[in-house]
Amino acid sequence: MSISIRSINKTFGAYKALEDVSLEVPDGSLTALLGPSGSGKTTLLRIVAGLEFADDGPGKILFHGQDVGGVPAGKRGVGFVFQHYALFRHMTVAENIAFGLSVLPGKDKPGKKEIADRVKELLGLVKLEGLEKRRPHELSGGQRQRVALARALAIRPKVLLLDEPFGALDAQVRKDLRRWLRQFHDEIGLTTLFVTHDQEEALELSDEVVVMRNARVEQVGEPQEVYDRPRSPFVYEFLGNVNKLKESEGKARYLRPHEIEVVFAAEFDPRTDVMGKVLHLFSAGPVATLSLKLSDGQFVEVELSRKALDEMALDKGDEVAVRLTEG
Amino acid sequence: MGFTVLYLSLIIIIPLAALFIKAAGLGPAEWWEILTSRRVLAAAKLTFGASAAAATVSMIFGLLVTWVLVRYEFPGRRILDAMVDLPFALPTAVAGITLTQMYAPNGWIGQHLEKVGVQAAYNPIGVFIALTFIGFPFVVRTLQPVMEDLGKEIEEAAATLGAGRWTVFRRVLLPMFVPALVTGFALAFARAIGEYGSVIFISGNLPFKTEILPLLIVAQLEQFKYEAAAVIAAGMLIVSFLMLLIINLLQRRLDWQHR
Repeated sequence: MSISIRSINKTFGAYKALEDVSLEVPDGSLTALLGPSGSGKTTLLRIVAGLEFADDGPGKILFHGQDVGGVPAGKRGVGFVFQHYALFRHMTVAENIAFGLSVLPGKDKPGKKEIADRVKELLGLVKLEGLEKRRPHELSGGQRQRVALARALAIRPKVLLLDEPFGALDAQVRKDLRRWLRQFHDEIGLTTLFVTHDQEEALELSDEVVVMRNARVEQVGEPQEVYDRPRSPFVYEFLGNVNKLKESEGKARYLRPHEIEVVFAAEFDPRTDVMGKVLHLFSAGPVATLSLKLSDGQFVEVELSRKALDEMALDKGDEVAVRLTEG
Repeated sequence: MGFTVLYLSLIIIIPLAALFIKAAGLGPAEWWEILTSRRVLAAAKLTFGASAAAATVSMIFGLLVTWVLVRYEFPGRRILDAMVDLPFALPTAVAGITLTQMYAPNGWIGQHLEKVGVQAAYNPIGVFIALTFIGFPFVVRTLQPVMEDLGKEIEEAAATLGAGRWTVFRRVLLPMFVPALVTGFALAFARAIGEYGSVIFISGNLPFKTEILPLLIVAQLEQFKYEAAAVIAAGMLIVSFLMLLIINLLQRRLDWQHR
């Protein structure tokens, strides 16, 4: 189900959390709300969920064209996964997952057998078979995360909302879960909106990235597009490493570390190159990183393949020609 | 380890043992006679009954007060929060005299109660009021950290899953509070059983009617009946211990972390 967010404003006292935010989330997509803390991304997610309400005004939230502005969270049909999972500590894994079904009013409430079957199915879906009887405190972070996901999915939500889904996990688990979630999304095809402050996560995982800053949407696009064609210096800097080179008249030029070439000093071409000196090199892994000081005093970071580095046999203190080709 | 044992011995075990040794000065027949005398039974009924009732009420009101203290921001909240501890700090005799003044037939509250035909002071109700007063902070202080720890996310999670407010309270919040509530109940109950100072003024100490066990013990001591006092104390101790043991076992069963 598609989500349309139209001119939403939200203030907390004197603080503006969202300012005229509009956004279209297409049906079945996996969309990332990316931004630094305080950019309003979590507030936006909570407004979509119905946990927070937008300021009065022309602002609207539509699910599949239908205004849900006045619909309370419990009736919106959203699955919400909280940053710290918010599992019910006194219930078993199975009871947690079944909660949404067990609180349905009498006539809609499925029978015991039906609930048990659904729990089983969901546990299979999130790969936690056999853990029905455990309690949340007996699970690892990654497992809790998946229980929270299964619990949210039990009510067959029309959209899935995830608040910093990997924020509380350590690096390795994070990577695994990220890959798993992408696969999972492709299997079930549920419209999913997730909040993150990690650009790598947003770029790797999503179909579409919404970059937010200071209560506004800065840019929306496919990961490749926002990475390659950032619309503002902020987006450029926020999405990964970037070299900011000052040019004349206060203008700046942005170059990603992999967009800069390094060649032997003998091949210096005055039209494109600047001379530079190697300050530091780091080459653990397939990609090597060089820190260079340019002849005009500016510093740049360059990424090149390990192979290229070995071929040039560079060392600290070497003079090289730095080719600023892109842009 | 050695230090713990020494400490426990000096502070708890040796005095309790001395009590039982003293009580052993009388034979089983005399024990039975003292413990089943009408006066002791009446006092025991009042002490344990009023304590249980007061602890129950403390538990319910403690839950409400703690909820308000933790969840709502209002002027004077910190002062109210500090005031909860006053029954801990106030000399119990002061509390007793104040309560008596208030609830006596001509007191602030007592005169209004009188009009509707309720006499609070010098009645079992007075005992119950005094015990509620001193038991209440135990519930608030055991529950408060649990509630503060909870956060709003749990409730929001339940709400997004379709649970109404009452369902959230009954199925999500209350079960999380139960272990702390039972602990608070046990503490308030234990304290109430042994309470002396605040009760003796408001109760009026009428034998068979408003006399509590600790007062009966003091009465025995005043008549130099040390063995009889020790027997009553030992009996009280055994009953209290059994009750607290049962509450503790119950609490373990309820506590999700120990299951």
